[in-house]
Amino acid sequence: MKGKSQIDILHEIQESNPENYVPENLVKKVADTFKTSPAKLYGVVTFYTMFSTKPRGKHIVRVCRSLSCHLADGEKIVKKLKEELGVDFGETTEDKEFTLEESSCLGMCSIAPSVMIDDVPFGNLKEEDIPVILKKVREGVL
Amino acid sequence: MKIYRIHALVCAGAQCIAAGGNGFEDALKEELKKHDLVEEVNIVETGCMGSCQLGPLMVVYPEGVIYTKVRPEDAKEIVEEHFLKGRPVKRLLWKQEEKRFPTLSEVPFFAKQTKIVLRNCGLINPEDINEYIAQGGYEALAKALTEMTSEDVIKVIKDSGLRGRGGAGFPTGQKWEFAYKQQSDAKYIICNADEGDPGAYMDRSILEGDPHSVLEGMAIAGYAIGAQKGYIYVRAEYPLAVKRLEIAIKQAKAAGLLGKNIFGTNFSFDIELRMGAGAFVCGEETALINSIEGKRGEPRKKPPFPAQKGLFGKPTVINNVETLADVPVIIEKGAQFFRKFGTEKSPGTKVFALAGKVNITGLVEVPLGTPLRTIVFDIGGGVPEGHTFKAALTGGPSGGVIPAEHLDAPMDYENLTQLGTIMGSGGLIIMDETSCMVDIAKFFLKFTVDESCGKCTPCREGTRQMLNILEKITSGNGVMEDLDRVEKLGNLIKLTALCGLGQTAPNPVLSTIRYFRDEYIAHIKDKKCPANVCSMRGAKNERKVANRHPA
Repeated sequence: MKGKSQIDILHEIQESNPENYVPENLVKKVADTFKTSPAKLYGVVTFYTMFSTKPRGKHIVRVCRSLSCHLADGEKIVKKLKEELGVDFGETTEDKEFTLEESSCLGMCSIAPSVMIDDVPFGNLKEEDIPVILKKVREGVL
Repeated sequence: MKIYRIHALVCAGAQCIAAGGNGFEDALKEELKKHDLVEEVNIVETGCMGSCQLGPLMVVYPEGVIYTKVRPEDAKEIVEEHFLKGRPVKRLLWKQEEKRFPTLSEVPFFAKQTKIVLRNCGLINPEDINEYIAQGGYEALAKALTEMTSEDVIKVIKDSGLRGRGGAGFPTGQKWEFAYKQQSDAKYIICNADEGDPGAYMDRSILEGDPHSVLEGMAIAGYAIGAQKGYIYVRAEYPLAVKRLEIAIKQAKAAGLLGKNIFGTNFSFDIELRMGAGAFVCGEETALINSIEGKRGEPRKKPPFPAQKGLFGKPTVINNVETLADVPVIIEKGAQFFRKFGTEKSPGTKVFALAGKVNITGLVEVPLGTPLRTIVFDIGGGVPEGHTFKAALTGGPSGGVIPAEHLDAPMDYENLTQLGTIMGSGGLIIMDETSCMVDIAKFFLKFTVDESCGKCTPCREGTRQMLNILEKITSGNGVMEDLDRVEKLGNLIKLTALCGLGQTAPNPVLSTIRYFRDEYIAHIKDKKCPANVCSMRGAKNERKVANRHPA
C-alpha cells in the first residue's frame, strides 16, 4: 500500500471487480486500512463520477457531451446509444454487458462526436456506426 | 545504428487510433514483409501530429510526404508505388481547396505554426527515451544540474516571462521563487494534467506525444525549488497518456535521469503518477492537492497558497503540462530565445485546440499575440463553405466568446481578458451562424452546475439559479427582467465564489450577453431563436447542421 492513496486503491478495487463497482464491505475495509471513517471514504467514492457503488456492466460506454461534440450533432449519437442499449444514463443493460455513462469531455474534439468504451476511443461517429461497434465489443473482437 | 532508406511516421495519438490508425499500421507491416522491405523501411509510431480530423495520418521521410485518412486497404498502393517506385500516392495527399500538397512543409496548416511545446510531437516515438535524447532531450536538465544554481534556473525562467499555460497566466518563475524561499524538510512539484475543459486536448497530446519533455520540465522545477518528489495528476479519461507516462517514467529511471543522484550530482528526484476519477474541479490546484491526498476534490481556501502550504502541508509548485514542456527549451536556449516569440507581456507560444465549425480542426501552436483570424482562416482554413464565422469560444466553461468584429484581436492574456474572456488552457471552439449563443451559454452552465463541488453557496446555488433563468429564456418564457437578474447574479458569483471554477462559471453567460444581447432579447421579446436551435414554447426546431468539407 506504500505510496498509494485511497483513490488509487478504489481504482484498483473497481478495476478488478467484474461488475465494475466498489462494494460497501470493501469501502469499510479500505477505511480501516487508512484509519479513516467509512462515512468519509464513502464521501470520497461518491464525489468522483468514475466510481460506482452499484454493480455495473462488463463494459462502460462513455459518450462525450462536450460542446464540440454537441456542435457535431453528438446528441444523435446519444439518442442512438440509448436506443440500441435500451437504457438511460447510469443504467445497465439487462444482459449486464454495458453501462451507459456521459463524459464532460473525452478530449477528442477533432473527431467529434466521440465515444469511449472501456479504454478504447471511437470518433467521427455516425448513427449507423453504433450498432456495429457495440456488436464488436459484445463479441470481444475489439 | 541501423540505417533505413525510408522512415514512415504513423500517428499513434488517441484520435488517430480512434479513427482507425491501428488497422492501417498492421496492414502496412504486412505489405512491407511481403515485399521484403522490413530492413529498408522503418515504421515509427509517433504521438499526435496535430491535424487529427484528417487522421489516421502518416508522414514519410526523407521527403516529408504527408498522407491523410489512410485505410488498411491503402497500404498496398503506398508500398508498391511510393516505397518501391518512389511515386507518392496522389489521392492520399493533403487536399485543400482542390489543391494537393505533397509535403508537410507546404501545407499551410503546418507551415504557419511555430512549434516549441510540440517540438517533438509527431516526430519521435514517445515510448522510446532514446528518440527524445537524440532530439536533445535531457540536455537542459544536465545543464541546470551541472552548470546552474537553483537561483540561476529561477532567474532564467523569470527572465523568459513564461506564464502558466493552464489558464490564469501567473508568472512561472515567480511561483518557483516563492516556493524556493520557503524553509521546509520536503517540497513537491505537481504537474496538473487534469485537463477537464471541454474542447481542450493539448495536454493529452503532449503527454501522449512527448511525455519526457514534461518529466524533464518537472525535474528542472524540482531542482529549482528544492523538491525531491513530483506527482503527475492525470485524468482517468486519458488511458493512453497514462500508459505512455508510465513507460516514460520507467525508462527515465532506468537511464538514471530520474531517481537518486541524477548526473552524479546531489540532486535526487522521483515522479509518481496519480489518477483522477472524473471531477472537473480537480483541475483547480487546491482541489487537485486534496485529490492527490486521496480526499474529496474540494478546493481549499487561499491563502495559504500551495507554494507555502500545499501537498501534505508542504510547499508545492503546481504547473500545467504545457508550461512544464516549455521549461527545457528555455533552460537550453535561454530566456532571450523564448522572448523572440510572442509579445512583451505574453512571451512564447501557445497551443490551441481548434475545434467546432472550422475546416481543419486540430492542435495549433502559434506565438502568443497571433490574431484570431490567422488561426481560424490561415491555419484552420476558415469555416465550412456557405457558412459565416459567428464567434470563437476560448477558455471553455470558464471563458467567453470573441465575436467576428474582434477577429483581428491578438490572442494574448491581457487582450482576451479585456474582451471579457480568458486564455484558459487553450480550447478554441469556432461557431458559425447555426449556433445559438444563449444555447451555448446554457450548455456551459449545465456543465458547471454538474461539476460544482457544492462546497460554497455562490457556486452551488448561484449557477443553478442562473441555469433556471436561461432555461426559462430558451423555452420562450423569459421576461426582460430576467436578463438583468442573470447579469447581477453572474457578477455576484464572480466576486464571491471560493475557487476558480465558481469565479469563472458566469463568464460564458456574461460574455454572450455582452456581445449578443440582441439574441437574448429575440428569445425574450419575439419568442424566437434566431439560429433556430432552441425549442421555443414546445415548438420543435430542426437544427441546421453544417457538415465540414475538409481536405
